[in-house]
Amino acid sequence: MSEQNLRSHVGPYFGEFGGRFVPESLIAALDELEATYNTAKADPSFAAELAELHRTYTGRPSIITEAKRFAEHCGNDVRVFLKREDLNHTGSHKINNVIGQALLTKRMGKTRIIAETGAGQHGVASATAAALFGLECVVYMGEVDTERQALNVARMKLLGAEVIPVTTGSKTLKDAINEALRDWVANVENTHYLLGTVAGPHPFPTMVRDFHSVIGTEARQQMLDEFGFLPTALAACVGGGSNAIGLFHAFLDDSDVKMFGFEAAGDGMGTPRHAATLNYGRPGVLHGARSYMLQDEDGQTMESHSISAGLDYPGVGPEHSWLKDLGRVEYRGISDAEAMDALRLLSRTEGIIPAIETAHALAGVIKLGKELPAGSSILVNLSGRGDKDMETAGKYFGLLDAAKEAQA
Amino acid sequence: MTSKTSATLKANKAAGDGNLIGYFPAGYPTLEGSIEASIAMCQNGVDVLELGVPYSDPVMDGIVIQEATMVALNNGFKLKQTFDAVRAITAKVNTPVLVMTYWNPVLQYGIENFARDLVAAGGAGLITPDLIPDEAKEWLEISDKYELDRVFLGTPSSSPERMKTACDLSRGFVYAVSTMGITGARDEVDANARKVVAKVREASSTANTAVGIGISTADQVVEVNSYSDGAIVGSAFVRAYSEGGVEALKAKTIELSARLKK
Ligand SMILES: Cc1ncc(COP(=O)(O)O)c(C=O)c1O
Repeated sequence: MSEQNLRSHVGPYFGEFGGRFVPESLIAALDELEATYNTAKADPSFAAELAELHRTYTGRPSIITEAKRFAEHCGNDVRVFLKREDLNHTGSHKINNVIGQALLTKRMGKTRIIAETGAGQHGVASATAAALFGLECVVYMGEVDTERQALNVARMKLLGAEVIPVTTGSKTLKDAINEALRDWVANVENTHYLLGTVAGPHPFPTMVRDFHSVIGTEARQQMLDEFGFLPTALAACVGGGSNAIGLFHAFLDDSDVKMFGFEAAGDGMGTPRHAATLNYGRPGVLHGARSYMLQDEDGQTMESHSISAGLDYPGVGPEHSWLKDLGRVEYRGISDAEAMDALRLLSRTEGIIPAIETAHALAGVIKLGKELPAGSSILVNLSGRGDKDMETAGKYFGLLDAAKEAQA
Repeated sequence: MTSKTSATLKANKAAGDGNLIGYFPAGYPTLEGSIEASIAMCQNGVDVLELGVPYSDPVMDGIVIQEATMVALNNGFKLKQTFDAVRAITAKVNTPVLVMTYWNPVLQYGIENFARDLVAAGGAGLITPDLIPDEAKEWLEISDKYELDRVFLGTPSSSPERMKTACDLSRGFVYAVSTMGITGARDEVDANARKVVAKVREASSTANTAVGIGISTADQVVEVNSYSDGAIVGSAFVRAYSEGGVEALKAKTIELSARLKK
């Protein structure tokens, strides 16, 4: 493993995963995107423009916070470090990718972006970039998600985006991607599909990863500069896999650094209601790439279940499938209940309310800390803040009833 | 290797007639219903049948076909029943039957298993809307081995090189996508359709090409046949059936094919 140079790997294929399983109508657009991206990548002025936007708009670099009181709940003598992507403008890591792709949209001369969103964070980030760059923006969002993330729907609308609730299929993220792909096929001439995670056809998995790799690149340097060592382990939640790969990528060839991805296990591992694609899925083709996915024996995509809209997806990015099969990253499941407990714990020990997605990684850290040798350190991607989840959390913990009672 | 689909299209054209290629989803509304509907289409003017496999994530399809295939899935459609349908249809009519399927069901069934069972059922080949030739290495080999048709798509945005690949590797016909969009009736068949067919002709002197996406009227079917080897109709048939059952479907088939035959 340590001989391998995993970091330099790019698509279209990650081992047997990846590729471009899309209608021919989209190939010209994917080719154009790939060419534009490759040109931009080789152009120092693109990197400079992106870095300047991150400095003056996103708020990068994001800081690292050591979570000492939280760490007391994570086994003996374990240190926990939070990479604070929640402090980015718009409240999550999603903006890293969005700013990058919005710049590419400009370079391609396109005037309209479309996006899918589950939790609404990617939709909000896309609507934000559209406002900043003067682009038209349409966001597809499963009807179920528009309900559980109503605040983010309002944010997107305020930012000037049109939000289209998707009522087909399971009415969640997977169906929002289908609708966005249909829109793209019809409007590809003036429209860029600003895909929000490391899934989809090439070049998306590679390109979105590259835009998020700033997370790990910064964090690695910060660990060395501020603490003088690299962490024993990395932890991140995995929906499509963008925040996880963003953290992992810079460390892939540090063979001493263990990596853990935490998927949503919904009702729990071993139950039928979950979104633990890498644990319970098998390879297939979904949304343009070959990767692990949840499917029945006929290859029909199965519905996933999670309290977290952003992890409620039956697919996963192809690079994660590859890293799983290589054994470089271990993927585990975290139930709704475990995630919600971790959400409350971080809130009460550190004064940081994480997104429910992120809480899956934190619940993983609580378990992991107890398995790792004493003196270990865990760097976790705090991928987003929990403001958007107050409705769900309020209901879950019965806080809204209490608020009503207090009023009465 | 002779393709029955290609022979049918060419023979009709040589006789001065046009071709109507009709889509219907297997299992809609039930397996028996879809078999009856497909046979009715073949007996009333459809020259090549395109039997659709219901799939959970049909990104090339508009709302009419999405809803029909969802009904099929909700009514318990299983992939294996595709072969039952093909067998029952080809037992009754001599029309070539192509199965139109998204790629994952074939992958999960096993490409070779699928090919073998399709041949055994009397099917002619596959139309694969989300499988481009670049990703089709295994399917190319297996379709050669089982002498199955394979229909790839050519679109308004396909480069000349890609169009040539689609022509060289397709067997049966090349699916000329008339417009940048998904299935569903449109008032006007795009001027793009002519351009796409012209691109196919430039890329190949022998490939058949049929135009699909958006065709729903007899005028459009006739017009498209004036410059291509056939018109592909899907949503209009599904809608006719949804609204008026087999009788309405028969009537729609007769209406759309009447002016193609001398
Ligand atoms: C805060 C946060 N973390 C994680 C995710 C999951 O996405 P990914 O796995 O691509 O990072 C989301 C998705 O909406 C999110 O909003």
